Amino acid sequence: MSEYNYTLLALLVFFLPLLGFLVTILLGKKFSKIYLFEVAIITIVLILSIVIGFFKLGFQVDERIISQFTWIDLKSAGTPYTSFIIELGIVLDNISVIMLFVVSLVSTLVHYFSIAYMKGDPRFNRYFAYLGLFTFSMMGIVLTHNFLMMYIFWELVGVSSYLLIGFWYEKDSASDAAKKAFLANRVGDLGMLAGLLILFTTYHTFTIDNVFGQIALGVLPFNSEFWLTIMGVLLFCGAIGKSAQLPLHVWLPDAMEGPTPVSALIHAATMVAAGVYLVTRIFPLFTGDALLFIAVVGALSALIPATIALTQNDIKKVLAYSTISQLGYMIMALGIGSYFYGYFHLITHAFFKAGLFLAAGSVIHAMHHEQDIQNMGGLRKKLPITYATFLVFCLAISGVPLTSGFLSKDGILAGALAFGSLTGHYLITVVGFTVAMLTAFYMFRLLILTFHGKPKDKHAYDHAHESPALMTVPLIILAVLSFFAFYSFNPTTAEKGWVFEKWIQTPESVVPESARYSFMVPESEIRDRKIIHSETYTKTVHDAHIPAVILSLLLSGFGILVAFTIYYWKKISADKIANSLKPLYKFSLNKWYFDELYDKTFIAFTMFLSKILNWFDAKIIDGVVNGAASVTRGFSKISGGFDTIVIDGFVNFSAFFSGLVGIVLRKMQTGKVQVYIVLLIFSIVILIFYFSR
Amino acid sequence: MMEVGLQHFLVVSAILFSLGIFGVVTRKNAVMVLMGIELILNAANINFIAFAKYGNFGFDGQLIALFVIVLAAAEAAIALAIVLNIYKNFATVNVDEINKLKE
Repeated sequence: MSEYNYTLLALLVFFLPLLGFLVTILLGKKFSKIYLFEVAIITIVLILSIVIGFFKLGFQVDERIISQFTWIDLKSAGTPYTSFIIELGIVLDNISVIMLFVVSLVSTLVHYFSIAYMKGDPRFNRYFAYLGLFTFSMMGIVLTHNFLMMYIFWELVGVSSYLLIGFWYEKDSASDAAKKAFLANRVGDLGMLAGLLILFTTYHTFTIDNVFGQIALGVLPFNSEFWLTIMGVLLFCGAIGKSAQLPLHVWLPDAMEGPTPVSALIHAATMVAAGVYLVTRIFPLFTGDALLFIAVVGALSALIPATIALTQNDIKKVLAYSTISQLGYMIMALGIGSYFYGYFHLITHAFFKAGLFLAAGSVIHAMHHEQDIQNMGGLRKKLPITYATFLVFCLAISGVPLTSGFLSKDGILAGALAFGSLTGHYLITVVGFTVAMLTAFYMFRLLILTFHGKPKDKHAYDHAHESPALMTVPLIILAVLSFFAFYSFNPTTAEKGWVFEKWIQTPESVVPESARYSFMVPESEIRDRKIIHSETYTKTVHDAHIPAVILSLLLSGFGILVAFTIYYWKKISADKIANSLKPLYKFSLNKWYFDELYDKTFIAFTMFLSKILNWFDAKIIDGVVNGAASVTRGFSKISGGFDTIVIDGFVNFSAFFSGLVGIVLRKMQTGKVQVYIVLLIFSIVILIFYFSR
Repeated sequence: MMEVGLQHFLVVSAILFSLGIFGVVTRKNAVMVLMGIELILNAANINFIAFAKYGNFGFDGQLIALFVIVLAAAEAAIALAIVLNIYKNFATVNVDEINKLKE
């Protein structure tokens, strides 16, 4: 296909969801079936993305197709700002094309799922309109080739996320959660904005490729590598907010107040992955220090939410913490230079986590909006399809062989092991393996408590029923995509697969070699296009692969075994463990007291500050205003007195005088025109005589 | 036989002007007042022509005379319209009785 065709298709994929949004939101009140238009649009978008992906990945795998136009050029406008040029445009390279497919596929499945799940909702059409708005915004993030559009659509996904979390705004908890999500994201976005300001003042362009080019030429912010690190970290702050990394992760669990399909689409598969996508897009500009910061944030975000997920009892909360943990995994992978596996885990995770959420949605639907797993159990027989798919997703997220999760997770763990041995930061390696074990444990705890054992709530159990095909078919599709065969022929490693071999190449870092990780500096002059890391690194990763696989299999096997021992065979009582480790248990159950901590610090501080400001406003500002008012009143009284006596006296006197003159002169006014004319003529005659003298 | 000179024209014009003033001041009927005004205008016209003939001003006098004729026509039209309106409001065209200006 020619570049023109690619651009045309990409623009269609980009703007069709916007059309769907506009039509559905504007006509939603009039036509109750208009949501079908949105569903049709999104299906077309999926087909077009598949077409783009097929031709791009099949035939033009090495090309980067960029289509751009100059939006603002102050030079040609004749202003002195000669270097103020902003270009907008889209880029089609392999990562954006794959992401395009993932977003449109998950979005389409969620649309179909929602038709059944949201049935009977009074704002049915509006829900679909919001989904369309979200898809449009997400396409913008995926396709953009510049930071400006990235920022704009970054905020737009924030808005649609806000609208969808607060979709049932009659519930206080939902509207509070929406506000919380928005505010937490703003904190991160503020950092991103600061990063963008540094970037634009230094490079005078928003185009990502141009920025890379200038960094490669040695142009640095304030001429120092330190500020390049700061710029990278600030840009990454956007990802911390959007991908719910520590310390801004608190909004994601609360965002589960939204409808469950929304959680699947936005808060598991796509929007929260946008942070990871941003990091992959601008990966070359991170210095070694910035990457280390990213890795630490990722590792913390992988570990802490995983420990919280161990004790949660709300099915969606467990999945939410698991999402934060997995996103932390991806961020960590990118931070330790394992670019490919970070991105690859984003793809595989998108499918199985969306699947987990949709399956949870199916369970919640069957249980009539019961979300507490302590009231479930034994649903395996009632919901066979949901159970089977949920099992597949659990295996995938736990990294069991033959699944997609195994391929991506073991890549990350191998990378972590290599990173530990090369740099000495073994803590990250330890965290990586610990999280693998915890993940396997809490996922199987969730599975067993929900689907196995005896039903706790007999009434709800008796009324439970398998969901309609509209809900189960998306689950089956996602479950099929969770197997290894879509990514690699070899079930043990992704390195032999086409995704790794052909599609995704780690881009070479553009920062000065002195500022990189030492292992990311190529050693030989002949640079293989796939090997941008040093040979030592490649060799270490290769050697780390087998130990990583064995260790991670042992650990996740152990996690699964423990879960079965405690919850299935009940050899050990869960309550006993909880009692013997009471402080730890409480700590985890209360989510490490993050909310309370923020309550006591940031929120309390803000409240305190606003109280002071309120006092200042009431006493000082109002005092000044009131003082000014009374002074003004005093002045008005004086000038009022002056007005009545002096000015009015003057005016009244002149009126009286005029009246007096009038009485005299009135006699001359007969009202007869002819008299006036005679007077006129006489006057003229007198004047003539007077002047001609 | 006496030569007709500038003075003769001026005398005729002065007589006409005085007649006009007399008509304007003494007549009670508004239409007659208007006719007086016409006489005044034509007296002025005669002066213009006379000075144009005996003076050294080119065609200026004649032109202004033509202009005055046009003006007089327009003025008459408007004045008659006013008189009609006066009749509508006061049911008379007697200028003595119309002394609204006094009030």
